[in-house]
Amino acid sequence: MDQIKLSAHSLNLYFGQKQILKNINIDFPKNQVTSLIGPSGCGKSTLLRCFNRMHDLSSDAKIEGSIKLDDLDIYDKKNSVTEIRKRIGMVFQKPNPLPKSIYENMSYALNIHQFPKNEIQKLIESALKESYLWEEVKDELKKPAVKLSGGQQQRLCIARTTVLRPEVILMDEPCSALDPISTRKIEELIVSLKKDYTIVIVTHNMQQAQRISDKVAFMYLGELVEFGNCQDVFQNPQNELTKNYVGGHFG
Amino acid sequence: MKKRLSRFLNWTILLGCTILVCLFLGIILFDIFSKGMSSLSWGFISQPPTKGMTHGGILPAITGTLWLTLITTLFAVPFGIACAIYLNEYARPSVLTSMIRASIRNLAGIPSIIYGLFGLALFVQALHLGTSVLSAGLTLGLLSLPYIITTTEEALKRIPDSMREATLALGATQFETIKDVVLPKALPGILTGVILTLSRAAGETAPILFTGVAFYINGSTTSVNQEFMALPYHLYMLSTQHQSIEQVRPLAYGTAVVLILLVFVLNIIAFYIRFKQRTQQ
Repeated sequence: MDQIKLSAHSLNLYFGQKQILKNINIDFPKNQVTSLIGPSGCGKSTLLRCFNRMHDLSSDAKIEGSIKLDDLDIYDKKNSVTEIRKRIGMVFQKPNPLPKSIYENMSYALNIHQFPKNEIQKLIESALKESYLWEEVKDELKKPAVKLSGGQQQRLCIARTTVLRPEVILMDEPCSALDPISTRKIEELIVSLKKDYTIVIVTHNMQQAQRISDKVAFMYLGELVEFGNCQDVFQNPQNELTKNYVGGHFG
Repeated sequence: MKKRLSRFLNWTILLGCTILVCLFLGIILFDIFSKGMSSLSWGFISQPPTKGMTHGGILPAITGTLWLTLITTLFAVPFGIACAIYLNEYARPSVLTSMIRASIRNLAGIPSIIYGLFGLALFVQALHLGTSVLSAGLTLGLLSLPYIITTTEEALKRIPDSMREATLALGATQFETIKDVVLPKALPGILTGVILTLSRAAGETAPILFTGVAFYINGSTTSVNQEFMALPYHLYMLSTQHQSIEQVRPLAYGTAVVLILLVFVLNIIAFYIRFKQRTQQ
């Protein structure tokens, strides 16, 4: 039995009157990659953003149900949202480096979370190595991060997240703005990261989902239709909708 | 054939209008500079007026205008930027915030003489600040606030949400996000708006008319509770109120040149900041 790291229970989400997520129940096993797939507008990104409370700032979003990180209820008012986001990192669709140097991009989160000054250098180096970026940038850490290529920027964004040693990393279509070679690098990176982190990734790319996932969740119109091992979902889907979607009949 | 003719006509009309506008600008600048350059000299900007203002320079008017702009800046810039940050980053869309926003837009449309009267009632009389450079600066600050708020809000709006999400997702608070990412990125846009607003405020006459500007003061303004001379008012006075208008006409034009140059320098700075920002991206 897998150990459960992150889970949603009877999760409903509304934007104003419109219900976007309908009664989602899902468990993400520790140290595995879970892909969320489904046609555009099915609510997978919306679901992903529930896990680090990214909807907090949109005034018309209303959330019911609960999300648990281990035993911590992340929507409990007692728990600080910054502490939760430190434990649950996020990588976005488009690389969004801060308008600062590569080094400052890495040190920013460490500074705001008050990591000891003498450890920062070491943490940054190991996170950059982990993202296979160290060799490419070690001589130009002072360079503005926006000068890097798109793929490098995205690996920097991943390194910027892992430098905090989070427990879960959420990824929202992290390769959709990248070329095939950069995509391949990021995929390898994701697979290598799962030994230390629990990863939830939204993707539109069926091949990618098959290459990197342990578990796959198929969503349709705000509902979780099917959730299971990657092989099972792709080779032997139980639901008619899933069968059509992974078979490429609609999307 | 007909299409080509109408396209040619459209093009000519639009170009004609553009040229006409530039022509007027050119005529105005030529007129002022040709009549004012002769009175420009080092003495003109470094000496006070003498002999009933028929001779000498305009130093007190220059320092007065600088004082005034400084006070306006100190008052309007922090408040304006804070207000814009509140409206754009913190306030949730509601009837109240849209009313606040509409009121600010409306304030920008109020004639400046009304601000002058309001400043007289509030700062000079109610708050007992007297007719002084402080009262006048605060009044001009009020006039500038809506412009600073609006331009700052526009600059903040141009920062994409993905930028804010980057730091929020790392566990930064909203305040840290604004301080470390949003403001630095919006700063060139904010500065441009601030400088253009101040250059406009520096040329205003009506709001300072009742609140502290003086026809003539002996020596330069040295403290905020003194009356002061200002370039736009000095110009107005030299060209309409002086007893020997014909004689001081070159001095009036000289004052106009100095005022234009001052505003021009501010605009160049704003232009340079925008240019630098564009080439950096």
